[in-house]
Amino acid sequence: MTSQTALSGSAADRPNLRRRLAAAGWDRITLLVLPAAAFVVLLFIYPFAYGLVLSFQPAAGGLFANYAKFFSDPYLYDTIGTTMWLGLPATLINMALALPIAFQVRHFRWQRILTTILVIPITLGTVLVAEGLLTYLGPQGWLNRTLIELGVIGSPVRLIHNYWGVFLSLVITGFPFVFLLTLSYVTGIDPALPQAAATLGAGPASRFRHIFLPLLVPGLAVAFCLAFVQAFSVFPSAVLLGAPAGPTRVISIAAYQAAFEQYDHSMASAIAMIMGAVQLVVVVAVLGARTLFYRGPMGSGKG
Amino acid sequence: MAKADHTFGEIRLDRVSRGFDGVMALQDLTLTIRRGEFIALLGPSGCGKSTALNCLAGLLPLTGGSIWLDDRRIDELPPERRGFGMVFQNYALFPHMTVRRNIGFGLAMRGVPRHEADPRIDDAVRMVQLEAHVGKLPGQLSGGQQQRVAIARAIVVQPPLVLMDEPLSNLDARLRLDMRHEIRRIHNELGRSTVYVTHDQDEALSLADRIVVLRDGRVRQIGTPEELYARPAVLDVARFMGYRNVFEGRVEDGGAERAIVVRDGIRLAGTPRGALGSGRASVAIRPEELIPGEDGPGAIPGVVESVEFVGREYAATALTADGLLLHFRSHQRLSLDEPVHLRASPERVLLFAAEEGA
Ligand SMILES: Nc1ncnc2c1ncn2[C@@H]1O[C@H](COP(=O)(O)OP(=O)(O)OP(=O)(O)O)[C@@H](O)[C@H]1O
Ligand SMILES: [Mg+2]
Repeated sequence: MTSQTALSGSAADRPNLRRRLAAAGWDRITLLVLPAAAFVVLLFIYPFAYGLVLSFQPAAGGLFANYAKFFSDPYLYDTIGTTMWLGLPATLINMALALPIAFQVRHFRWQRILTTILVIPITLGTVLVAEGLLTYLGPQGWLNRTLIELGVIGSPVRLIHNYWGVFLSLVITGFPFVFLLTLSYVTGIDPALPQAAATLGAGPASRFRHIFLPLLVPGLAVAFCLAFVQAFSVFPSAVLLGAPAGPTRVISIAAYQAAFEQYDHSMASAIAMIMGAVQLVVVVAVLGARTLFYRGPMGSGKG
Repeated sequence: MAKADHTFGEIRLDRVSRGFDGVMALQDLTLTIRRGEFIALLGPSGCGKSTALNCLAGLLPLTGGSIWLDDRRIDELPPERRGFGMVFQNYALFPHMTVRRNIGFGLAMRGVPRHEADPRIDDAVRMVQLEAHVGKLPGQLSGGQQQRVAIARAIVVQPPLVLMDEPLSNLDARLRLDMRHEIRRIHNELGRSTVYVTHDQDEALSLADRIVVLRDGRVRQIGTPEELYARPAVLDVARFMGYRNVFEGRVEDGGAERAIVVRDGIRLAGTPRGALGSGRASVAIRPEELIPGEDGPGAIPGVVESVEFVGREYAATALTADGLLLHFRSHQRLSLDEPVHLRASPERVLLFAAEEGA
């Protein structure tokens, strides 16, 4: 490589190329990101740019006609609120469930088995879960029949083809993901830290507030962003379990209809761009708030 | 603030044991820690020192035995209700808090008002010589600096009992002496008790009122530094107290005060520690007690194998005819391969009944 010549030649005057690259954080291993970067450009940046340009070439009207149409038609712009109203509570509930359970399971002997069981729904995919829930939550499903048998309810509760069906499916499909991430953050905290806090007089509540929470917040923020983005792009369960014409007309349905029912790809691109922008705003806000907290090694010293 | 939250007369450990999956890491530790006493736990790596401290602090439940604070049983209490200070072996500093907040954490948890906490934190910071670093996070400190933060954090709350797990292991020689002195001074100041874990015999000897020597989770000897230094009860303890020359021989004349041990051209008179029997015995001699002298009965002949200058004198080794390597001291520089005759006074030659596998 160049290093040989550079070392023997003008090494005294100028650090060779490899040294300079290394100083900037580049070595042979970092170069391995190049194929991945190329991949991202081809499969993500290019379609994104293509879609962005397409969204500014409406079937009729000026440059911003699609965007103007979206934000003037409540049938379209309401989908943002509808999706938020599904995605935010589902994500927050998942986080609220995952955190205490992760604390409980932290020292659990069969943690491996538990995590394996929880990974399964992730690998099954949302369509299968939605179909399963359709029969499970339906008027003749197990849940309703059990509740009626137990005398909890008189007649079946309606849990599908409305808001709750989609909400439940988002909670169920989102939970394993949030839980596994949370668990890894919780177990990543050196157990000596809460122990040290305890010897200094901190009870369980103080230990959570002063030790666990500040160390977990940055990780939880990332988990929130990933889970929220997933929930925000909900499509299969909104169609299968929800009321896609009404209360669960989420933004991805609007995009789908524009593309495949009205064959207006330019409009569909515009909706997709708006969807991405909304997600970006939430993610940036959450990650921005994260910088207010400590981010660094979770261990204690170097000893 | 209510001064010295809860003082006590003594802490009693009664056959305290702790096992991990059936393997005993600490077995039947019985010890009374008096108020104001400085106890050192001494022993090789893995002998159960940290386990003992964790049991005392309440971080590890016992698998047997009990702990008493005067006549109150405390081994079921969680650590925050025992209120013992602890310096962790791996420091356990809170990575998201500055040095100052780390040190002030215990005071904050006890609800000490700021105007009272601030000067106490300042004092502690000064004591560990970290004035220039109070605003840093632990990740920005060197290992030794982190260790000093851990010490300051534990003692600033003035707990009635401080537990220290090798608190000076990461410091340079000079700082170590300074801190050793500080730790003893603080200990004396308020008549608090300290349990101090170390594997450095010098530290244990110079700091402690009493030393507990552990090996494989069991107590080998408990005694004052003077006792342990001059009269180790068992060979293990002798090894730990600097008896570097240990070899076996045959007991020839086994009296209670004086015995003779022979081995391949060596005939040594020594002091038995415990009953010797008539079989084999282990001989233990400190390098400092073994010096070159005249040839004659009781001398060990050998040739000089290495010489090191260690300040006031030379630390040297000699090889005997049957391949035994002996450490000794000399006031003159010896040359390599020079023949020497090593002598030690019989009071300083300790004889132990040979143990199985020891
Ligand atoms: N959590 C644990 N699970 C299983 N075994 C353990 C555990 N903690 C300690 N041990 C074992 O108990 C024994 C005593 O450990 P301990 O940490 O008390 O040693 P130590 O005397 O502090 O040693 P060192 O000087 O190296 O710190 C060791 O053999 C160790 O392997
Ligand atoms: Mg230890």
